[in-house]
Amino acid sequence: MPDARVIPLHGDELPHQPVSGRTARVGRPTAVPPADPARAEPEAEPSAEPADQADQAEPAEPADPRRSDLEGRLAGLVSFLRRRVEGDYEVDEFGFDRELTDNLLLPPLRPLYEKWFRVETIGLHNLPSEGGALLVANHSGTLPLDAMMTAYAVRSEHPAERHLRMLGADLVFSMPVLGSLARKSGQTLACNPDAERLLRSGELVGVWPEGFKGVGKPFRDRYKLQRFGRGGFVSAALRTGVPIVPCSIVGAEEIYPKIGDLKPLARLFGFPYFPVTPFFPLLGPLGLVPLPSKWYIEFGEPISTDGFGDGAAEDPMLVFNLTDQVRETIQQTLYRLLTQRRNVFLG
Amino acid sequence: MTPRIVLVTGVSRFLGGHLAARFAANPDIERVLGVDTVPPGRDLLRRMGRAEFVRADIRNPLISKVISAASVDTVVHASVTANPAGPTGRTAMKEMNVIGTMQLLAACQKSPLVRRLVVKSTTAVYGSSSRDPAVFTEEQGPRDLPSSGYAKDAVEVEGYVRGFGRRRPDVEVTTLRFANFIGPRIDTVLTRYFALPVVPTVLGYDARVQLLHSEDALAVLERATLHSLPGVYNVGGDGVLMLSQAIRRAGRIAVPVPSQAVPTVGRLFRGARLVDFSPDQMRFLNFGRVVDTSLLRDEFGFVPRWTTTQAFDDYVSGRGLRPLIDPERVSAVEHGLLDLVAKLRP
Repeated sequence: MPDARVIPLHGDELPHQPVSGRTARVGRPTAVPPADPARAEPEAEPSAEPADQADQAEPAEPADPRRSDLEGRLAGLVSFLRRRVEGDYEVDEFGFDRELTDNLLLPPLRPLYEKWFRVETIGLHNLPSEGGALLVANHSGTLPLDAMMTAYAVRSEHPAERHLRMLGADLVFSMPVLGSLARKSGQTLACNPDAERLLRSGELVGVWPEGFKGVGKPFRDRYKLQRFGRGGFVSAALRTGVPIVPCSIVGAEEIYPKIGDLKPLARLFGFPYFPVTPFFPLLGPLGLVPLPSKWYIEFGEPISTDGFGDGAAEDPMLVFNLTDQVRETIQQTLYRLLTQRRNVFLG
Repeated sequence: MTPRIVLVTGVSRFLGGHLAARFAANPDIERVLGVDTVPPGRDLLRRMGRAEFVRADIRNPLISKVISAASVDTVVHASVTANPAGPTGRTAMKEMNVIGTMQLLAACQKSPLVRRLVVKSTTAVYGSSSRDPAVFTEEQGPRDLPSSGYAKDAVEVEGYVRGFGRRRPDVEVTTLRFANFIGPRIDTVLTRYFALPVVPTVLGYDARVQLLHSEDALAVLERATLHSLPGVYNVGGDGVLMLSQAIRRAGRIAVPVPSQAVPTVGRLFRGARLVDFSPDQMRFLNFGRVVDTSLLRDEFGFVPRWTTTQAFDDYVSGRGLRPLIDPERVSAVEHGLLDLVAKLRP
């Protein structure tokens, strides 16, 4: 079984790799100059592939390398579709589907990341390029967009283009569609066995220890860190000896200012809260559009955990102290970033 | 200790029968006894060679006579099964699994000659839910104890086996928790499921499936019988297939069914004698299950020859499943498309 190859669908976003199989199949050197490039473009239409729409959106240019790039992309896309139809791809034991994540799940986040929230990352060098590490961040925003943006930032802006393997609440995995999508995008249940397994295999793991208390807190409590769980993430890091990278996210608090909570509705649906924002449920689906706040994601200096010796994870006092240290670091960074911010929407 | 006289339960089924055949072919083993309520098929009986078939019900105390009369020293309990004989076979299956195990263990306890016990269990004992860790190790238990069906049977069987181990510490007990079997020759709920032309799945869920090739299962059972390897081991192939992916690999078409309608559809398929899924197996289709097999590699000393994907592909090609979506047609469409684009370029 050949390994699943990651074929970049967006040539301008990821470094373009030549698709070796294509030229052989086409049986024609790519360097043949097209006589009438303007004509060839609309004629690509009969192939009726979803990709063609994307390709046609690009203006037809007479340059030759441009054309082969388009064709290469089409070949990549068609072979991606074929492998999906035939089931010829690989998932890991957590259900993480690398190919699907890179080609279908992450790209839609790009306009949100670049244009809507204009996310700025600080201190990306603090994330190791290889080996296990535990990223710990503050949670906010009523809907966990902050986690998605952080995962996108790590994947697209970090030099090693790492995947952030996030730990999610059990509510996520019990929901249909969302649960299976979460698994396919590399998330797994927030529990110590899973976290330690991921860290041991050298993955970059992301955790939002505030959980629902953080993401669903009222707007008046913005940027006030909630309790950091029971410190399970610290013991996982201690047992595996990986560094903890504190991560502070500014901007996510303002996307859906939660000014109320409809408890009966929340109970009805089995959600932890049912938010009321200035626009939701007042404007209906329109209220789901997040406010375009300006975001900063700062990755702090790693806190190493491998110097405490064996059995450190069994020492509750040490675990509490480390938990507080991480929490304080994030809180202080948040305050600093907030004092530097002049405007919620302009930054 | 090399076993001299081996008793295998469930020889009319695939695993028991082929295991008895392997022991019969082993000159170090003096005598092989195969026990089941129904005689094995002619083909299986021929394979079994010199192994003797004893038509006995392990639910009956008579089994004790068989064990002591033949002075059996090694018992392989391979009859615990998840595959009921027919639409009404579930109660009988439960009886066979639980009461049969109790009687067999009682008989083993009575016989001072028994030195080794190998039990075929299942990874279903870990249950299947959304709150489970992604990968189970041997010491982890289920979050929600299985309340019915095969999984509950297996949990009870393992409980009795542990009790037996306490009462007879001189007996080496090996419990093997097998992932779902697959292979060209074995017949299980899962092999029937993937052979359906349109495969019903649960809407909005995609299970992680770990499989074990039936030949690997036989090799593991054989190794556990011939060597002294007491303990509990997870047995499964490397790697994971998503349920949707497996269906695509088999060239089938998945039909997602809303979870409210799943029990009805399940009854329908049971009534039509197509596939008989118990409720716990249906939950398996929601979430799936993956187990850690590092203990199998490091302590048991066995590396499965087939990965999950290879085992599944072997099943698809060995069964001669005719894909509804032909991979060659898909490739042809792909090539045609690319050729067309190339031709359009002047």
